[in-house]
Amino acid sequence: MDPEARKVVELGYGGSERLTMNMGPQHPSAHGVFRAILSLEGETVVGVDAVIGYLHRCHEKLGESLTYTQYPSIASKTDYVAAMTSELAYVRAAELVGKVEVPKRAQYLRVIVAELQRIASHCLWLGTWCLDMGGALGGGATVFLYCIREREWVLDLFEALVGARLLYGFHQVGGVRYDIPARWAQKCRETIGLVERRLDEYEDMLERNAFFQARTQGVGVISRELAQTVGVSGPLIRGSGVSYDIRRLEPYSSYEEFDFKVPVETAGDCYARYRVRMVEFRESISIVRQALDGLPEGPVSSRPGVKSVGQVRVAKGEGYARVEGPRGEVGCYLISDGGPKPYRMKWRGASFSNLSVLPHILIGTKVADVVAIMGSVDPVFGEVDR
Amino acid sequence: MPALPPLALETIRAFIVGFIVLNVIIGMVTYVTLLERKFAARMQSRIGPYRVGPHGLLQPIADALKLMMKEDVVPRQADRSVYNLAPIVFLVPCMLIFATLPFAPGLGVADLNIGVLFFLAVSAMEIVGLFMGGWGSNNKYALISAMRAVNQIISYDLPFIFVALIPVVLAGSLRLSDIAAAQAGLPYVFWFPLGTLAFFAYIVATLAAENRVPFDILEAESELIAGFRVEYSGMKFALIQLGEYAHMIGTSFLGALLFLGAWSGPWADTSPWWGALWFLLKAMFVFLLVTWIRWSFVRIRVDQILAISWKLLLPASLLLLMATAVVVVLRGPGG
Repeated sequence: MDPEARKVVELGYGGSERLTMNMGPQHPSAHGVFRAILSLEGETVVGVDAVIGYLHRCHEKLGESLTYTQYPSIASKTDYVAAMTSELAYVRAAELVGKVEVPKRAQYLRVIVAELQRIASHCLWLGTWCLDMGGALGGGATVFLYCIREREWVLDLFEALVGARLLYGFHQVGGVRYDIPARWAQKCRETIGLVERRLDEYEDMLERNAFFQARTQGVGVISRELAQTVGVSGPLIRGSGVSYDIRRLEPYSSYEEFDFKVPVETAGDCYARYRVRMVEFRESISIVRQALDGLPEGPVSSRPGVKSVGQVRVAKGEGYARVEGPRGEVGCYLISDGGPKPYRMKWRGASFSNLSVLPHILIGTKVADVVAIMGSVDPVFGEVDR
Repeated sequence: MPALPPLALETIRAFIVGFIVLNVIIGMVTYVTLLERKFAARMQSRIGPYRVGPHGLLQPIADALKLMMKEDVVPRQADRSVYNLAPIVFLVPCMLIFATLPFAPGLGVADLNIGVLFFLAVSAMEIVGLFMGGWGSNNKYALISAMRAVNQIISYDLPFIFVALIPVVLAGSLRLSDIAAAQAGLPYVFWFPLGTLAFFAYIVATLAAENRVPFDILEAESELIAGFRVEYSGMKFALIQLGEYAHMIGTSFLGALLFLGAWSGPWADTSPWWGALWFLLKAMFVFLLVTWIRWSFVRIRVDQILAISWKLLLPASLLLLMATAVVVVLRGPGG
């Protein structure tokens, strides 16, 4: 038995049996296909056994068998809620290994889509998290539908840009595949302005709500030490008081040219993570504005368009590239043997590392908090299982 | 033909009226679900049911037909008799609460002299059905939900009763029609601050008694899938749903009667039908108030729910009741 669980038992639980409850993989709050085998005493969780792997699709093997031209569209399917960042991690790794230059305009476009993706992804997170706490037949559904409405607007932008709404294939080694169409920048500005105004409404609706505070404040506290030991990243580690953001620490794709702040909260609870993400919403909007304002002219790719899938070859070598996705550090390790396909490829999924903090913080909470905490971790199972 | 004895006549009358009321309630339940769905849809910037009939007006009938035609699945390990009985045991008290409700002066099944007491006692009985459903399903989610149900109903029935007693003290009668008549001048909700506070407390207790968000920990579909009714399907599910909404309408009517002056309103003295209409509108107002709260809050945790009840609502309702009693004693009944 988990020593933490033993502690809870010894701390004065009077008697009677334990209940083993299987939560997932088919559960409304499983956020995909998470399976948690909970040991309950009354309503208190005393043991968690997390089971993952239901969505495993051999992504790393796929990466070895698909060429540098083909795989970016497949990379979308690791973190399908933030497809743009997954693609970006892969092409950045390939560019790093192959020492491929990326034109300035392409870098800016990458920043724009990555930040729009962060907005879209956080919209989905806020909606589903409130759905976890508020129920499909309650206020949670209301927030969920509002957020989905905003996410749809952002997806409309992607559709106008790429032609797809969920899995894009926008990035390619050496740049991006498409330039922005006419009047897209204007539409983008309108959309993010609208989202920005709506954010105030959500904050009004949630933060002044005593029930929301009661459900989130002091719940699922990840201490600074735990966050660093387990290796969580993204909003989770920033909610625990560590200023850790790849965009700031190791700027890629011209992030050093933008003015944004990295939100840090010290409480480490669900509310802190919520605050971090709400500030990130606004910072992303500001970055998109700056990028649209300063969008340089020029080509969007340093390579000509490919005529066959095996045309892009990357020089021999290996390297690790990481980007700051909506859920944290998304990394891709690539070994190239000089051919059109990587010799070996390894994903570092943000959700996978973030999820590993769950057994540490779920012990001793109530069943209702399990879903609230899981929602605040914001896992995407395509990325956990890969 | 010999005249029937008065008792038999009375029985036949009650039977007919009861039959009519039951069917009206069932019809109302189906359409109240539509009202709630439309209302919630508007809140969420959706349209709601729209395809079946004009503006989705036939949607409830389609839903009922669908539920009737669904396969009735009984889990293999379920306690069959308990499992099968539970929806009935749940539904009967939910329907019985309408027995004492006067829908207009002289329009009701039975105007008991202990109407409020009967209502409260019967509505508290629904927990038996809930627990049977949760226990008999042989499902862990259902069992946890049943445990929560017992916790919650016990905690919230007390403040519910205390709050419902405030109009009783003010009117000096347990008969529902007397309470309604006592508010002919000014509904109790406008008796600031006692009546107003009591009305708010009633709404909170109602939310808990009806298991609605933020107190819907029984159903809690993000934690317990659907709680005690997770294993029910088809007509049994429909019966539970029917009972839940009937209970909700019943408490809405009671709230409208106890605090909003029941059938008082313009032209109410000309015809009982006007009174019935006003009463219906007021009950729907209470219902929509509860619905409004439901669709804008997140659910709270079971320990927090119990804390709210025992630490806040129960003392507050007791204090309100005592304050009302003091006021009534000082000013004389009905004052």
